[in-house]
Amino acid sequence: MKKIVCVCAGGCTSSGSLRVLEGLRAEVQQRGLQDQIVVKPVGCHGFCEQGPVVSIEPTKTFYTRVSEGDVSEIITSLQEGSLVERLLYVNPSNQQQINTYDQVPFYARQQKIVLAKCGQINPEHIEDYLAQGGYQALENVIRQMTPQQVVDEVKKSGLRGRGGAGFPTGRKWESALKAKITDKRYVICNADEGDPGAFMDRSLLEGNPHEVLEGMAICGYATGSDEGYIYVRAEYPMAIKRLKLAIEQAERAGLLGNHIFQSNFSFHIKIKAGAGAFVCGEGTALMTSIEGNRGMPRFKADRSTEKGLWQKPTVINNVETFANVPTIITKGAAWYASMGTEKSKGTKIFSLTGKVINTGLVEVPMGTTLRQIIFDIGGGISNQRAFKAVQSGGPSGGCIPEAHLDLPVDYDSLDQIGSMMGSGGLVVLDDTTCMVDVARFFLNFTQKESCGKCTPCREGTLRMLEILTRICEGQGQPKDLENLERLAKIICNTSLCGLGQSAPYPVLSTLRYFRQEYEAHIYHKRCPAGACAKLLVYSIVAEACKGCGSCARACPTGAIRGNKKEPHVIDGTRCIKCGNCLQKCKFGAVRKR
Amino acid sequence: MSACCCGNKHAKEDPKQMALREAIARYQGVAGALIPLLQEAQEIFGYLPGEVMEEIARGLGLPFSKVFGVATFYAQFHLKPRGRNVIRVCTGTACHVRGASPLLESIRQALGLKDEGTTEDLRYTLETVACLGACGLAPAMMVNEDTHGRLTPAKALEVLKQYQ
Repeated sequence: MKKIVCVCAGGCTSSGSLRVLEGLRAEVQQRGLQDQIVVKPVGCHGFCEQGPVVSIEPTKTFYTRVSEGDVSEIITSLQEGSLVERLLYVNPSNQQQINTYDQVPFYARQQKIVLAKCGQINPEHIEDYLAQGGYQALENVIRQMTPQQVVDEVKKSGLRGRGGAGFPTGRKWESALKAKITDKRYVICNADEGDPGAFMDRSLLEGNPHEVLEGMAICGYATGSDEGYIYVRAEYPMAIKRLKLAIEQAERAGLLGNHIFQSNFSFHIKIKAGAGAFVCGEGTALMTSIEGNRGMPRFKADRSTEKGLWQKPTVINNVETFANVPTIITKGAAWYASMGTEKSKGTKIFSLTGKVINTGLVEVPMGTTLRQIIFDIGGGISNQRAFKAVQSGGPSGGCIPEAHLDLPVDYDSLDQIGSMMGSGGLVVLDDTTCMVDVARFFLNFTQKESCGKCTPCREGTLRMLEILTRICEGQGQPKDLENLERLAKIICNTSLCGLGQSAPYPVLSTLRYFRQEYEAHIYHKRCPAGACAKLLVYSIVAEACKGCGSCARACPTGAIRGNKKEPHVIDGTRCIKCGNCLQKCKFGAVRKR
Repeated sequence: MSACCCGNKHAKEDPKQMALREAIARYQGVAGALIPLLQEAQEIFGYLPGEVMEEIARGLGLPFSKVFGVATFYAQFHLKPRGRNVIRVCTGTACHVRGASPLLESIRQALGLKDEGTTEDLRYTLETVACLGACGLAPAMMVNEDTHGRLTPAKALEVLKQYQ
């Protein structure tokens, strides 16, 4: 039986997976093993922390942190039917070696539906997707179902928009199907994934672009549209490249384009590369941008499904939403609705990052608790630190403290505790993260990205940012917290679009759960987490310093001076507080206060 | 644009200008053409000089103010020449909590830049981006098309040396 070596060519490329891929191919060629071993690039396996990741089918062997130097050993082991033990994953909790990926705790507790084919198929070969049943859902829909039946099926599945707001997808499609304007309708896939800390759309587009295209085509059929756009961030060149290729291949195979499956249904998909504006993730701003204007949100007098792009009925859904659709059609709405919670069905992909051991892409049923995601799948907090909070929902979301870790995650539960699902970024924060600094970070982001159209967002976020910066720099004033809350309320209530309405959430949620940290900054001029640089002083304890000079060599600004074998000194005026010296010192002589 | 009958003038013309003219011709009459055309023009010139934006405005029959407005709205468009190597340091949430600020600060120091911008020898342009979507590899930066992850200030400076 042929052995298939799957090399991650998604996020792992940045840790050198393409060199591993080329190396493996060359080795197979050189040894003349083409008949026995197939080497192929696949999408993201999700376990980015351990990249580059290589999996081998059908044995499910799983190698982590593979480098070019390991190539020949891997091929030899395949010939011999043995394992390269030093590349196997070691479970950090009990130091046991794990041979196959389905045994790795990170995967064992996930339920992969949308990501099922990612990491198994070559995203640049349509044949791989077809072999796994790809485009069958589209064929079934066209041959056997009416548009209304498709809409009903999606409605029954309980699928809600995965972009963040959670609007029921079936209802959106239905209102487009029933829209008064009939001459032209559009389908838009929102792939302007701009939330810092989120990369599920990127991984999906890079790992399995056809699934998204198929979902869009089904939506086109259900809503009577013949034209779709994918609006992708320009920062994702690989996603754009693979989408282009996928569209070409699908058109050649008669799965997109004119007369799909020899029917009367035609559907064309075009790619629009975003030009770098976070606000374009907002539906109306995105459409304004496709129309060739500055991407500013519009006042929603009509729903997009009535008057959207070029004033025509438009369905706009997120990448992950579309990727769910083919499976719903194939396996049925009832099956899909059996997963998840009462009001949130199916699974959700989260990008788990920050101070967690296993960073990566995680797919779990709705209703899984944060504790399960962070501790069981994520492996807990890195560097043996303590959990402090988890930030969900990107700049529109909030920080969730330990008290809420056992909350089952769905759209409504997160909303209730002052955060939101957002697109699914989960950034784990530990006790060295300053919550005031996190709030300032997000506000700095939304402030920069505010399009400037409406005053509350344009001016209000700037005023809030000024206050937060002041607090972080030790210049906070007693009235600041009150002012922050007042401004936040006004901005939430009066901004034009979702960006402004949710911009204060990170501040409000940190004020709600971590008020004492704000107070420590304001009243005691102290950052309890030791993160706010302006409130920190680095010094060297003369008694502990051996004069080895490694701190001085690590200092990027030359702020550390001293003779060999004599205690060194930090020049506070040149120190940029990067912490390099603290990391480098083997004797614990550098102190941060 | 008037047609040329002798052919000489165009033969001597700058290839970049010709590419621009060809691109404008392709987008004339296409709805929503401005942004893709600006993207192509920037591909050709490396940035968007004023004259290029004027030519695009004439070509698409748009007021210059509209072209300028769109070009300055989006982060992707640059009105000044850029360095040969573009460094994009990710300052997204995951990178922020894993030390993007000291990373950025030391690159800035090493390149002698006060803020984001281009070095005098046009070797590097330093910018920050909100998120590269490589959060699993935080802190990360992109140099041109390559993503580099799990960086420390020292490692980042090593990486930069490769780029002439």
